[in-house]
Amino acid sequence: MITLNINKKTYNIDVDPNTPLLWVLRDHINLVGTKYGCGVAQCGACTVHLNGEAVRSCVTKVSRAVGQKVVTIEGLSENNDHPLQKAWLEKDVAQCGYCQAGQIMSAAALLRENKSPTDQDIDNAMSGNICRCGTYLRIKSAILLAAEMQKKEGRKA
Amino acid sequence: MKQYFNKRYILPGRMLMIILGIVIVIGVANSAFMVDSNADNKEFKQGKGNDSIASVKAFEDVYEVLKSPRCMNCHPAGDVPLQGDDSHLHTMLPKRGKDGHGLYAMKCGNCHQPENTPGLHTPPGNPKWALPPSDMKMVFEGKKPRELALQIMDYNRNGHKNKAKLLEHARDTLVKAGWNMGEGRNPPPLTFKEFVAAWDTWIEKGGYAPK
Repeated sequence: MITLNINKKTYNIDVDPNTPLLWVLRDHINLVGTKYGCGVAQCGACTVHLNGEAVRSCVTKVSRAVGQKVVTIEGLSENNDHPLQKAWLEKDVAQCGYCQAGQIMSAAALLRENKSPTDQDIDNAMSGNICRCGTYLRIKSAILLAAEMQKKEGRKA
Repeated sequence: MKQYFNKRYILPGRMLMIILGIVIVIGVANSAFMVDSNADNKEFKQGKGNDSIASVKAFEDVYEVLKSPRCMNCHPAGDVPLQGDDSHLHTMLPKRGKDGHGLYAMKCGNCHQPENTPGLHTPPGNPKWALPPSDMKMVFEGKKPRELALQIMDYNRNGHKNKAKLLEHARDTLVKAGWNMGEGRNPPPLTFKEFVAAWDTWIEKGGYAPK
């Protein structure tokens, strides 16, 4: 039995410790906002936060998350009101939407460390998240907007 | 009288020629094999066991390993790590960051786990996975043998490692991981044991740099 802290809730799960965190989230806890893309940490669709870091859950064994804090897209904010989520709606970023949870989780890791990111900072942070619809320009625009919102709200990302 | 003069004056002439010959041979040997341990690293100067020829010979083997992709890929000249047996720029272009562990959502440990991920060309892993930090890049890429030897022996360019730390470094788990990098990656040209032996010989014999 493995005990996990996910989105501030405790879960006891009977699972092989080598199981990728992604499959525990999706198949055992039914948190399906995190998506499977490539399975080998090449696309970023499965990005979640492990103690605030944007890990790729498809290659992260669930054993690595034991005793740590996991946050998924479902737990990023209480009411879907994280500046990034609001900016994403404002800029109408998503097209098919499949990669967007991973994009937002990576962007949140960026804004946690850098309150005023430049275009280059955004490129540096987001280069591991692929969007096949090519929404990159809207993603960048939304991150810049979210940074402004965050400053106005005085919010800690 | 003539014989006396021959013995007295011609013999020293021969001796002079022999000595000159020896000096030339030593000079040629020296120029072929180098001869300077690092000036800043006093630990290595005039050590009892110093042997410049054996030291440089061992470094030839060390260099073959250091320039292999398994070592050089994480000691790039730029801020993006290299990848694969052809040492191309790492896909996704992750950057070094100040501490060598990456930037923002692109930190090494976000994909590289404490151990190798199973499967062909999946991220290899180690708990210490990182590039050298930005204030001490310890570049291997593009370095000629002499340049690299001098860099490694320089306390101010080698991550502040003294002799003991240098010897220890060859046994570091991240260095050793170079011989177990997961499927689809060739190991360095020497075995780990051979590498450590060559590294130790190079350093124990004075840490000399080839010319």
